[in-house]
Amino acid sequence: MTEKKTSLSRRNFFKNAGIAAGTLVAVSTLPAFDAVLVAAVKRNTKGPWYGIAIDIEKCIGCGTCAKTCKIENNVPQEPFFFRSWVEQYTIKKDGTLKVVSPNGGIDGFTQSIPAEEIEKTFFVPKMCNHCYKSPCIQVCPVGATYETDEGIVLVDEKYCIGCKYCIQACPYGCRYFHPEKHVVDKCTLCFHRIKKGLNPACMDNCPTKARISGDLNDPESAISKFIRTKNVYVLKPHLNTGSKLYYNALNQEVR
Amino acid sequence: MPLHLKRLFMTGVVFVSLFFLLKHALTPDSFGQYGHYRGNSMAEIAALPVHYTGNSSCVSCHDTIITMKSESYHSDLSCEGCHGAAYKHIASPKTEKLMKPDSREFCGKCHSINLARPEKAIVQVNIKDHHPEKNCIKCHNPHQP
Amino acid sequence: MNPEFEQLYQALSKVDGYIYPNEIELSWSILIVLYPFITGLVAGAFILASLERVFNVKSLKPTYVIALLTSFAFLLVATMPLIFHLGQPLRAWEIMITPHLTSAMAIFGFVYLWYLMIVLVLEIWFDYRYDLVIWARAATGLKKWLYIALSLGSDDTSAKSVKLDQKLGYIVTVIGIPSAFLLHGYVGFIFGSIKANPWWSTVMMPIIFLFSAMVSGIALVMVLFIVINHIRKQKIDMLCLDTIAKYLFYIIIIDFTMESLDQIHRFYEAEESFEIISLLISGHLNFTLLIMQIGIGMLLPLFTLGFLQFYKPKETLRKNIYLVTGILVLIGIFFMRWNVVIGGQLFSKSFLGFTSFKLSLIGPEGFLMASIWLIVPFFILAFLLWLFPPWKKTPAEH
Repeated sequence: MTEKKTSLSRRNFFKNAGIAAGTLVAVSTLPAFDAVLVAAVKRNTKGPWYGIAIDIEKCIGCGTCAKTCKIENNVPQEPFFFRSWVEQYTIKKDGTLKVVSPNGGIDGFTQSIPAEEIEKTFFVPKMCNHCYKSPCIQVCPVGATYETDEGIVLVDEKYCIGCKYCIQACPYGCRYFHPEKHVVDKCTLCFHRIKKGLNPACMDNCPTKARISGDLNDPESAISKFIRTKNVYVLKPHLNTGSKLYYNALNQEVR
Repeated sequence: MPLHLKRLFMTGVVFVSLFFLLKHALTPDSFGQYGHYRGNSMAEIAALPVHYTGNSSCVSCHDTIITMKSESYHSDLSCEGCHGAAYKHIASPKTEKLMKPDSREFCGKCHSINLARPEKAIVQVNIKDHHPEKNCIKCHNPHQP
Repeated sequence: MNPEFEQLYQALSKVDGYIYPNEIELSWSILIVLYPFITGLVAGAFILASLERVFNVKSLKPTYVIALLTSFAFLLVATMPLIFHLGQPLRAWEIMITPHLTSAMAIFGFVYLWYLMIVLVLEIWFDYRYDLVIWARAATGLKKWLYIALSLGSDDTSAKSVKLDQKLGYIVTVIGIPSAFLLHGYVGFIFGSIKANPWWSTVMMPIIFLFSAMVSGIALVMVLFIVINHIRKQKIDMLCLDTIAKYLFYIIIIDFTMESLDQIHRFYEAEESFEIISLLISGHLNFTLLIMQIGIGMLLPLFTLGFLQFYKPKETLRKNIYLVTGILVLIGIFFMRWNVVIGGQLFSKSFLGFTSFKLSLIGPEGFLMASIWLIVPFFILAFLLWLFPPWKKTPAEH
């Protein structure tokens, strides 16, 4: 009698474990499967496909890009919210690295490290990379951030619930929580200007024309020529974000 | 089936129907038009006002100075990069004036010596030593440097 | 000056190294630490209840209903910290209406509402229906109408229906077990799937969260079992208590092994983020991680419970040791959530510096607000125990 009971309870155990495991496996594939689809996103080959190119060899660290971006897009002036900023890298002769970005570079830069200790130093402007396999779009729970058909990543400020998951997911630190609107905000590649045939404000006002944006699908565009002729790099390529911000002469130390 | 189970089932049906009704009612109209987002959002962002109107908006009144600048080292510079956003000035040119920067620090933002500045990108000077007693524009015309 | 900015300027002055300019302020604060803690208690308590029902662990019978009601009380509160943390809390419904299925957070809408809530409600209902009918007949006034409504106007006390209730309850429990795993597994996945953050991004994260949830849930039921019996001045079922403690001991071992494996792996591979993470652990997190989470929250209970497996002191002493150990475990698991959520945001994604975090006392994301969400479930549980007293139930044969 006890034997039948134990074999019954053992059978029950396996049955239950099977149900549990099966359900777990089945349901667990749901979000992951979509993620695989995200990673396999094909780039748009018809119509304009916007990318950005920044030439490190031309950037003089004047901070005009960061300043005009804030004014053009009504970004709060406090040093905690940036759609675009500039970093100064200093690699010392002893191998140590120092990076600064005082107020995002808006007030310019000084060099506190004595010249004789410096091995290499340069400026790196940063902004949203408008990734086409963007981890920030992937994690938005409601569909408040998205990529347009032209490859520009935008935030719907009327729909964003302010959960800040996208801020956590962006590997480049491009997003911030707007203190007045109480939603997430970030660089829009001046979508409102592009739609009127203008360039983004940061690019129009850069004195050395170190940053350009344009149609990656047009082989004659300035950006396509930039990518063809220079050694271009994206930030954190190992994360496979599909970043469309191409740097010329990016040093390996840049984060 | 016992009565209470029938009622339980009906309660479930009512809740599920309510949920789908609410879902249909609350989903914004343009949602899903182009993807999993509100289609109208793009138009809303595109309608935002432009603050930096660009060099072309300055030419109609300030053509002399712009012609002078276009034949100088500063030819590639935007007017607004130094003078600030022009949208208010374009709207009411007599009452809204742009700033005319003249401090040494302002010119120094681009031109002061910094090892991180590529030498072939811009000419640099040590603003602490180079004629500290006067403003840069006393000798260097910013529109014809 | 806007007081919010004052805090940020202070944080700016405390920046150590380089951080991206947008990283000064931590996006996720104590409310987001609370959420996995509370859902962990929900999942853990539910799994303990399921252990008894599905795997027929008879000695755990006295805690079955308490575990279910505890799970339910905390589940009712679980979303509150989340909603209060949102920048636009009035838009919270959007997660239910237009969930973005590539987002682990959107899955929350489904797992929370459709799965665990329904499973839990049904399981409690099937277990209590017969008693609700009996109590409805005996009660008067508002309580009577409450019982009638909750039993859906049922007047059926036949043995056949009771048997059907138990069968259906059993099926619901079995279906519900994955839901408990999912509820907390997905919370772990929310962190574990963020490739941008190396402190979070690990395959082990959902598993670690799940096992630490079970640890916290079992510890909570153990503590509540002792406290409730003390308040009711009842003699406690020591076999039951010993069994709970035994399961707690086993699950702590598994949880500790998982967490250690994760860290050992990280230290061994020493990837790009290794240096900044080492600084994080030895610096900002040395109190909350090394002392509170590991030392007091895990190692001390582990050795205590392990010792008690071999030598069992007298009943009263044993009970008090269990009580203190359970509370220490709960504190330790809270700090585990703290270290994951807050720790992951203290270092910059540039791996070159740290920002700082200051927990304010008042304010929407302050200590007092967080305490409210921790205390309210106990009031709810007290209400549930008053409305559905487990000790007045007709003993059912599961």
